[in-house]
Amino acid sequence: MSEEVIKAEGLTKVFNKHLTAVDHVNFSVKQGEIFGFLGPNGAGKTTTINMLITILKPTEGKASVSNFDIAKQDFNVRNVIGVVPQEYTADEDLTGLENILLCADLYGIPRNVAKERAMELLKLVELTDFKDKKVQTFSGGMRRRLELACGLINRPKVLFLDEPTLGLDVQTRAATWNYIKLLKKNYGMTLFMTTHYLEEADVLCDRVAIIDHGKIVVVGSPEELKHSLGGDLITLAIKEDEDVSGLIQKVEHVKEVRREDGAYRIKAELGEITTPFIIEALRKKGYTVTRLSLTEPTLNEVYLEYTGKSMRDAEESREAFAAQRMTMRRARQ
Amino acid sequence: MSETNGNSKNKLHGLWALTNRELKKWYKAPVIFILSIIQPILWMGFLGKAMNIGAIFSGSQISLPQTNPPLTQPQLLQLEQFFAGLQSSIMQGAFNTTDYFSYMAVGMIAFTALFTTMFSGMSVVWDRRLGFLNKALSTPVSRAVIISAKVLSATLRSMFQAGIIVLVAVAFGLQLGVGFNPVNILGVFAIMFLVCVGLSSIFIAITIRSTRIETPMAVVNLINLPLMFASNAFFPIKLMPDWLQTIAAFNPLSYTTDAVRQLLIFSTDWATLAWDFTCVGIFAVAFATIGIVLSWRFLSK
Repeated sequence: MSEEVIKAEGLTKVFNKHLTAVDHVNFSVKQGEIFGFLGPNGAGKTTTINMLITILKPTEGKASVSNFDIAKQDFNVRNVIGVVPQEYTADEDLTGLENILLCADLYGIPRNVAKERAMELLKLVELTDFKDKKVQTFSGGMRRRLELACGLINRPKVLFLDEPTLGLDVQTRAATWNYIKLLKKNYGMTLFMTTHYLEEADVLCDRVAIIDHGKIVVVGSPEELKHSLGGDLITLAIKEDEDVSGLIQKVEHVKEVRREDGAYRIKAELGEITTPFIIEALRKKGYTVTRLSLTEPTLNEVYLEYTGKSMRDAEESREAFAAQRMTMRRARQ
Repeated sequence: MSETNGNSKNKLHGLWALTNRELKKWYKAPVIFILSIIQPILWMGFLGKAMNIGAIFSGSQISLPQTNPPLTQPQLLQLEQFFAGLQSSIMQGAFNTTDYFSYMAVGMIAFTALFTTMFSGMSVVWDRRLGFLNKALSTPVSRAVIISAKVLSATLRSMFQAGIIVLVAVAFGLQLGVGFNPVNILGVFAIMFLVCVGLSSIFIAITIRSTRIETPMAVVNLINLPLMFASNAFFPIKLMPDWLQTIAAFNPLSYTTDAVRQLLIFSTDWATLAWDFTCVGIFAVAFATIGIVLSWRFLSK
């Protein structure tokens, strides 16, 4: 089934009449896929998500979620979506279960149905043992899981995740990825997520869109995007001293061969497929391959290529943001 | 699978859930709960008992100017009686009751309504900053319900505190008016409900636009005490200068306080009481409408 669940056409948001946060963005998300929105700070990721979840009204253009227009049928949209926001929105003074039930009430789900679903979701996110503990006592990872459970209470067709692993440590991040994968597998849900962790997009997303300055610069599967950079890097060395560059160059998909310090650096498309052919070609001529490595380009290179920005800069300000949020939470208590 | 999963189509769903969320923060936190009870008691005890205005007019506080020939004992006794009479007549004339504490304790009810509703508005800022507001907005719950829940929780809280104040005031020696009927207490709650709905709607409309807690805090600090003193909560309007009387005449707190006094400590004047209820009622409906419409507009930007 390749029904288009989210469809945006010329979606635009202008704040205060001059600040264009999202600029005529077009994309579509298919049923059952995980679609990632990747971009530096202030690129327009959250603004786009906020328009899709009907918190913000678009200035121009239109978009639909599950065939409901986000501007005209916002009530219907809200009924079929689940949202896991960037912030920890769970109420600190309430218990985990109370928080989920509060969300259920916001959707008008009858209490008996809500209780049943809440227990099921608590089990899914492994918080059953903590359901009667106040959220104050929860760790970052637990809070994130609770948010996830809250976002799922209405059995949404589309789940929106805004920076689902922001400020989490490496293990908790990996655990959260597993929950997200589980959702896709168990519920066949369509997921729309924003992230600035490239590896996260690589691991989770079926397709990603890189957005910069409010415009989508490229859309495709992580594989496609990486290949679009001109392929993988193969490094090999042979026992013999002769220069075999010409020989390697003739192999299909090989784009560039350079000999450096007795080793060959080969740029080739579809590295996994090309490498055996290179070895084969060398062997046929009687050469012995002594050393070989295959490096695939990461999304990091893709990102750099299309946005011209180093990810580290964005990362730093992200961490600063997460730190500020922690301070705010402490201030509240 | 049906899209809504049989979710309620009732437009008001979520109202009680959101209201209860606010109230739980209060009654489930013992410290805050107890403080919110103690606060009006302290004010009433210290302010009301300290400002013993009646005592000013009693003879014992006045050293008589020396006269020649000195006053005789019967003359002094007569003078004392005269002062005692003067005291109650002055108090009756100014405050409509001879006991200033009773007068002021009732003013305390309006005071509590003002303060509780003002500070409950602040929670909107937190909801915004912590993202809860956005989350609620992405659910099918109505925008009006989100705001109404805030108004309702502030109102219920104030009404509870008003009840405590009445009880404590009676324990401190509140002199109930002649013809007081326990049913009048219901009237007190009714007028509190109206004034709190109006007040909290204004404050929420002010607060909902700000992302920082400091802004509404400054606004509240600017207007709370002036609003308090430009009413009859502590001092009768008729003894104020004309310009202040005009302000007081537009101050909903004046009508609230007067209504509570009519119900509790004065011999009830039904016409005045009806007028008080009309004014506060109009205030509540008008400001609740303005507040909710403004907030709604803002929320669906």
